[in-house]
Amino acid sequence: MATNEDRSAFGTPRPGMDRRTLLKTLGVGAVGIAGIPLLAACTGGTAPGAGATTSSSLTFGSGSSDDVPKAAYKAVTDAFTKKTNITVKTNVVPHNDFQNKISTYLQGSPDDAFTWFAGYRMQYYAAKGLLAPIDDVWQKVGANYSDAMKKASTGADGKMYFVPNYNYPWGFFYRKSLWAEKGYEVPTTFDALKTLCAKMKAGGLIPIEFADKDGWPAMGTFDYINMRLNGYQFHMDLTAHKESWDQKKVSDVFDTWKALLPYQNPAALGMTWQDAAISLGQKKSGMYLLGSFVTQQFTDKAILDDIDFFPFPAIAMEGQDAVEAPIDGLLLSKKGGENQAARDFMQFMGTPEGQDAYAKVDPSNIATAKGADTSSFSPLNKKCAQVIADAKSISQFFDRDALPAMANNVMIPALQGFIKDGTVDVKNLESQAKALYAAQ
Amino acid sequence: MSTSTETTGTRAPRAATAGRRKAAGGGPRRVRRLSRRDKIVLAVMVGVPTLIQLLLIWIPTLLSIFLSFMRWNGLSLADIKAAGLANYAYVFNDSPAFWPAVQHNILWLLFLAVVATPLGLLLAVLLDQQIRGSKIYQSVFFIPVMLSLALIGIIWQLFYQRDHGLLNFLLGTAGTPQAVDWFGDSSVNIWAAMVAATWRHAGYVMILYLAGLKGVDPSLKEAAALDGANATQTFFRIVFPAMAPINIVIVVITIIESLRAFDVVWVINKGTNGLELISALVITYLVGEGQSIGIGSAFAVILLVISLVPITIYLSRVFGKEKKP
Repeated sequence: MATNEDRSAFGTPRPGMDRRTLLKTLGVGAVGIAGIPLLAACTGGTAPGAGATTSSSLTFGSGSSDDVPKAAYKAVTDAFTKKTNITVKTNVVPHNDFQNKISTYLQGSPDDAFTWFAGYRMQYYAAKGLLAPIDDVWQKVGANYSDAMKKASTGADGKMYFVPNYNYPWGFFYRKSLWAEKGYEVPTTFDALKTLCAKMKAGGLIPIEFADKDGWPAMGTFDYINMRLNGYQFHMDLTAHKESWDQKKVSDVFDTWKALLPYQNPAALGMTWQDAAISLGQKKSGMYLLGSFVTQQFTDKAILDDIDFFPFPAIAMEGQDAVEAPIDGLLLSKKGGENQAARDFMQFMGTPEGQDAYAKVDPSNIATAKGADTSSFSPLNKKCAQVIADAKSISQFFDRDALPAMANNVMIPALQGFIKDGTVDVKNLESQAKALYAAQ
Repeated sequence: MSTSTETTGTRAPRAATAGRRKAAGGGPRRVRRLSRRDKIVLAVMVGVPTLIQLLLIWIPTLLSIFLSFMRWNGLSLADIKAAGLANYAYVFNDSPAFWPAVQHNILWLLFLAVVATPLGLLLAVLLDQQIRGSKIYQSVFFIPVMLSLALIGIIWQLFYQRDHGLLNFLLGTAGTPQAVDWFGDSSVNIWAAMVAATWRHAGYVMILYLAGLKGVDPSLKEAAALDGANATQTFFRIVFPAMAPINIVIVVITIIESLRAFDVVWVINKGTNGLELISALVITYLVGEGQSIGIGSAFAVILLVISLVPITIYLSRVFGKEKKP
C-alpha cells in the first residue's frame, strides 16, 4: 500500500506528520488512538439514513485524492448517475489519511462503497466482518474478469469482496534504443539475465537500476525471486505467515538474489525511485525493475516512447506465470451491503463501460475488465495489459499481500540490511513475524 | 506532576484545620488567609490545568503502560488480549533496531552536548556583544527552530543529495562514484542527520542563553574588570556561574531533545538503515499502517522510563531548592 502513496511523495514526509502528531503520539499515545474513532465519525461525512434504506443514492469514500484519479472517479460516478439516476455522494480523503485511518473509518460510519486494494488487507477486514460480501455482483460481472483477477478479489472465506478497477504490472523497464545499439536481448531465464548483466557491466553501465531509500521498492525484487523460485502459492502462504521464514526456501531467495546484488546500483540506499528512473532515462543504467508507474517520470515524449518492458525471467518454478500487478478497486462496507444502489455501483465499476469512464481520464493504468477500450493504449500499455492478461496468478506486492507491520517494520530494515552487506537473519525474521502476526 | 502535588498540598492543611476546629472548638491558630473568592479562583486555576494534565498526559501514559502488556490490533476493544512480557521480549530480543536505536540516542545526546549546545552558547556570547545587526543574526540563527518538518526535509535534501546535492558539488565529487552517499551510507548518515539537528538545536540554545546573558547583572562584570580579570576569566568565573538557572534548563533541554530526536531522521528515511532512534520506532509501530499497538506501547514505555531519569533529577533539584529557606 505504501507503493501508491509513496510514488508521488518524492521523499517528502507524509502530510500530517508534524511535530504535533509526534507529540500526540509520544505523549498522548493511547488517547490519540482511542480518539480516532470519534474524529473519523466526525469527518466521515456520511449523511445517516441517506443511503441505508432507500435505493436512490449512495455514498462513496475515495482515497484517490490526487487530481487525475479524483477527476477519473468523478467521471465514473457521473456516468453511473447518468445511466441509473442514482445519485452518488463522494467523500474524497487525502490518500495517506485514508490508508492510515482505514481501521477506524470502517468501524465508525464508513461510506457505502470505498476505494481500496486487493490482497491481505482486504481479506483481513473481510474476516473481521467489516465488509459486505458481493457474490451477487460477481455473478453479473464475473465474466468480465480473468481467473487471476477473481482469485485476487476473493476473501479468505471464499466469498467475493472486491471489484477490480485497474492495475499496473511490475517488470524490467529499459530503453529500446540503448538495447538496439548494444545488441542486448531480452532474457527469459535467470542465467540469461545474469549473463546480460555481466555484459552490461563490462560495457560500463549499471546493469540493474535500483533505489531503496524508501524501503519498499526492494520488495519487488524479493517477491519476484521468491515466486520464480518457490511459486505463487508459497508467496501467498509466506506473506500470510502460513509458512515459516526460518526455512531453506526463504534463505534460497536471498542466496539467489546475492548473484544479482553486484549488478544492482550500489548507491540504492540513498536513492528514491524517482532518482533511479532519471538515471534509466539518461541511459546510465541498463534496466530497472519497478511498477509501470516508472513511466510517470519520463515527461519527455521521445524518452517515453523509447521505453519497453519485459517480465521477470524464469528461475525454477512456474516459468513466468506469476505477475506482480497491484490491483486498485472498490469494496463495499458492511453498512453499504444493505444498500442496493451501492451494489449497483459496484457492478457498474466491474463493467467495461465503468472502467472506460475511469481510464478516459486516467490512462496511466491498465483497466482490468475484459472488453474495456484499449484503442487509446500506447504500445507499452498494450504490452503491460497483455502480460497481465496472460498471467496465471497475480500477486499484489509484498506490502499489500503481507501484514502491514511485517512489511513496513520488519521487511524494510531487513532488505536494506541485505542490500548493504548481503546478509539476512531469517531466524530473526521468523521470530518478529511470529510476534506481529500473533497480535492481529 | 507539579500541579498534582500542589492540589494535595492545599487540600491537606484545610482538612486538617477543619478537623481540629470540630475537635477543639476553634484554637488560636485558626487564621483565614484566603477569602472564599480566592479559594474558588485558586481551585479553578489549579483544577483546570490538573484536569488537562490528567486527560492529556497521565491517563494516556497509564493506558500506554497497560497496552504495552497487551496484544491489540487496534480494532475493537474485545480484541485486546493479555501478552505478558511478550512485547518487551520482542523489543529486547527480536527487534534488530532497538539496540542500535539506543546507541544512536546516546550518540545524539553526546553530539548535542559536546557540539550543538556549546555552539549555541558561543553564538549567544558573540551576539550579546554590541555588534551591528545583532537582531538580524539572531533571527537568522533562530529561523531553523521555527521551520516545519517538511521544509527542513527539502532544505537538507538539497544539501545532501548524492548526485545533485550542494555538499557533493562543493566537494567536487558530485556525479562521480566517489560521491559521498550522505543519506544511504549507514556509517555516514547519522552524522549528516546530527549536523542537521545541530542547526536547529544551536539556535534554540542561543536564544535561551541570550536571555540569560541579559539577566546577568552588569555590575558583576564591572567588578571583575576592576579586579583585573580578562574577558575569558570574567565569562567562565563570573558570568557563566551566574547563569546557573539557565544552565540547568539547557542541560534538561539537551537531554530531552536528544530523546525526542525524530524529525530529521524521519524525513530522511523514516528511521531505518543506520538512522534508528527510539522515538522513530515508537512512531513506526504506533502510527499508520504498520500499527502494532502492544509493541509500539512497549517502545513508548521504555522511552518514558529513560526520560524519567533526567526529569527526576531536574525536579528533585528544583524542589530540593524550594525546601531550603
